[in-house]
Amino acid sequence: MHLHLPGSSAPTPSRRTLLRGIGGAAALGAGIPLLSACGDSGSSADPKTVTLGSNASDAVPKKAFAEIYAAFKKQSGLTVDVNTKDHNTFQEQINSYLQGTPDDVFNWFAGYRMQFFASKKLASPIDDVWDKIGGNFPDAMKKLSKGQDGKYYFVPLYTYPWAIFYRKSVFQQHGYEVPTTWDQLVALCKKMKKDGLVPIAFADKDAWPAMGTFDQINFRLNGYDFHVELMGGKASWTDPKVKAVFDHWAELLPYHQDGFMGRTWQDAAQTMVAKKAGMYLLGSFVAQQFTNKADLDDLDFFAFPEMNPAYGQDTVEAPTDGFMVSKAPKNHSGVVKLLEYLGTPAAEQIYLKADSSVVAASSKADTSSYSALQKKAYEMISGAKSLTQFMDRDSRPDFTSTVMQPGLQKFLQNPKGVDGLLSSIERQKKTIFASA
Amino acid sequence: MTAETDTKTPEAAAVPPPGPAHEQKAAPRGRRRLLTRRDRITLALMAGVPTVLHVALVWVTAFASIALAFTTWDGIGFDSIKWVGLDNFRELFTNNPQFWPAVQHNIIWFVVLILVPTPMGLFLAVQLDKRIRFSRVYQTAFFLPVVVSLAVTGFVWQLVYNPDTGLINSLVGANKPGHYIDWIGDPHLNLWAVLIAASWRHTGYMMILYLAGLKGVDPSLREASALDGANEWQTFKSVIFPTLRPTNTVVLVVTIIEALRAFDLVFVFNKGAQGTELLSILITNNIIGESSRIGYGSAIAVVLLVISLAVIIPYLIATFRKERRA
Repeated sequence: MHLHLPGSSAPTPSRRTLLRGIGGAAALGAGIPLLSACGDSGSSADPKTVTLGSNASDAVPKKAFAEIYAAFKKQSGLTVDVNTKDHNTFQEQINSYLQGTPDDVFNWFAGYRMQFFASKKLASPIDDVWDKIGGNFPDAMKKLSKGQDGKYYFVPLYTYPWAIFYRKSVFQQHGYEVPTTWDQLVALCKKMKKDGLVPIAFADKDAWPAMGTFDQINFRLNGYDFHVELMGGKASWTDPKVKAVFDHWAELLPYHQDGFMGRTWQDAAQTMVAKKAGMYLLGSFVAQQFTNKADLDDLDFFAFPEMNPAYGQDTVEAPTDGFMVSKAPKNHSGVVKLLEYLGTPAAEQIYLKADSSVVAASSKADTSSYSALQKKAYEMISGAKSLTQFMDRDSRPDFTSTVMQPGLQKFLQNPKGVDGLLSSIERQKKTIFASA
Repeated sequence: MTAETDTKTPEAAAVPPPGPAHEQKAAPRGRRRLLTRRDRITLALMAGVPTVLHVALVWVTAFASIALAFTTWDGIGFDSIKWVGLDNFRELFTNNPQFWPAVQHNIIWFVVLILVPTPMGLFLAVQLDKRIRFSRVYQTAFFLPVVVSLAVTGFVWQLVYNPDTGLINSLVGANKPGHYIDWIGDPHLNLWAVLIAASWRHTGYMMILYLAGLKGVDPSLREASALDGANEWQTFKSVIFPTLRPTNTVVLVVTIIEALRAFDLVFVFNKGAQGTELLSILITNNIIGESSRIGYGSAIAVVLLVISLAVIIPYLIATFRKERRA
């Protein structure tokens, strides 16, 4: 900046001086933290509005949620200002979203994923809300809504079970019976293969569906507690109990649909719509693929068969979606009112009217308008001794996405290399769980 | 360097010259100064703003990710950054089952691109350069894949490769139980399947580069070789191809870059599952998401950076040496 001096001996600044001047300015500019840009948007808390970050970007849930908020406004006079983001983008950005200036309330999932943000202090405890709504939910749901510190952080809205789906007409035509034990399941697969059916429809292109099969075999064989320990990083993947899960899975693999690594679950479901596949282990959202009413009425399901009499069929995998409160909501009293409303059976019923592939989390919701499939799903969930979420909801998402997804795909392609795979998973798990 | 040592250092230039007489003399010359105050402000803004952005978005982030490669961080609050030294790299080199396949696939990617679509592109360019009929139409047809985004290319090729409903399996009947070809899932097939799609696009890209190179070839060279009685192949081999040397350098660099940044096609194709792992995808999978492994992902990014530098630095040195000689 010495350049301003008049009468500088050099008639023009040398190239270097000039560059240095610019460089200095640049350095100065870089010193200003760019991050300050993401401050408060300026809107001071409006006592009549609650803001809500939503991942319900699909048409059906988006409309269903909008109807809930409209009903809430009628009842309380409070407006819910919804900020909808694409479902996957919402998940990818949740980290920075919650650290920035999040909305007062946001859509999220129960389980470890909820507890993670609670323990990082990115969510507010809502015990005051649960004092009011506690009576609406069964114990399993209460357990699901608590953080590791024992406080409530979550209001569940709906849930859906994972089970083995089949078509009644196909079972009738061939005289199949619903298997209740592992041996019966294997025998049924054999029979179906002989009858020219694909015994088990399967797809793993998106890498998560295989986790569902692992979960089922694992908690049937080793029980709910072991599932929790394993997902929490406490039990070892080299434990013979885990090896047994893969051994059983390998026994069933020859009956799975060919070419699953290149197929999405929607395509796999289509083989069942076309009656080419006998069974499909998936969440009840598989019903969305049955667009023809006659086909949908033909769809039924049964719980994964018993593998160990000590545990029977006491565990049901039932991922649950709902709401959480961000770390410093602007309109606290409004948030409490909204969550109390979302915890009522009335709110759930509004949602279920629009989306019939799921069931209410509340035990008080009116089930009279349920389809046969929904009724059965509801019974299965409310009768369960323990509810699991899903591998990537019950464990650290970084572990499941970077280690388990590729790991399970590797197993599916080479079922014989289980030992090496399991010790590799265990080694990677240790580093990841040690990191935080 | 030597040429500049005799110009004054900035400090020296900044010292006001002694003596008022000198100052008076200098005053009228000041008007002839190249830059007025306004020019300088303009210049500072024009050069300064991009520099600030460049430094902030390129250099600061690059150094930040190098630094983060030696830490673990879940992206939540700066106080959760923990220094772990070389642990991430140790983990990566010894424990990550996807890392070495990814490196290998990036190399295969480069080798295939240089061996298949590059000669194809050259061949097409030579043919089109002959001004055959409908040359523009062919040119457009071959170049079209380059214009389309790679993500879209991925979607299109998925329709071809889909194991149940895709074009190939439907035509050859390989979508029935028993005889099934899983183009996307089979680890022995999927990399090659996706490389065909990548080559399909790369050929057009190479064709345009070579076509531009060929337009620059002096027509008198062709005439001369024709007069000397060389046939077409001889002319190409001994006359045309050697003049394409600068183009070849560009082609090599472009292909290396394409191989290192390969990402979108595979990400759309099967997200880098078994058989198609790539470094860029490993980075993305580790960094993006709910509870990200930012330190670990940065370590993979550093590996990719080192590989890129190992390729780019020799190229830059060679280029600058040539320029200085010229």
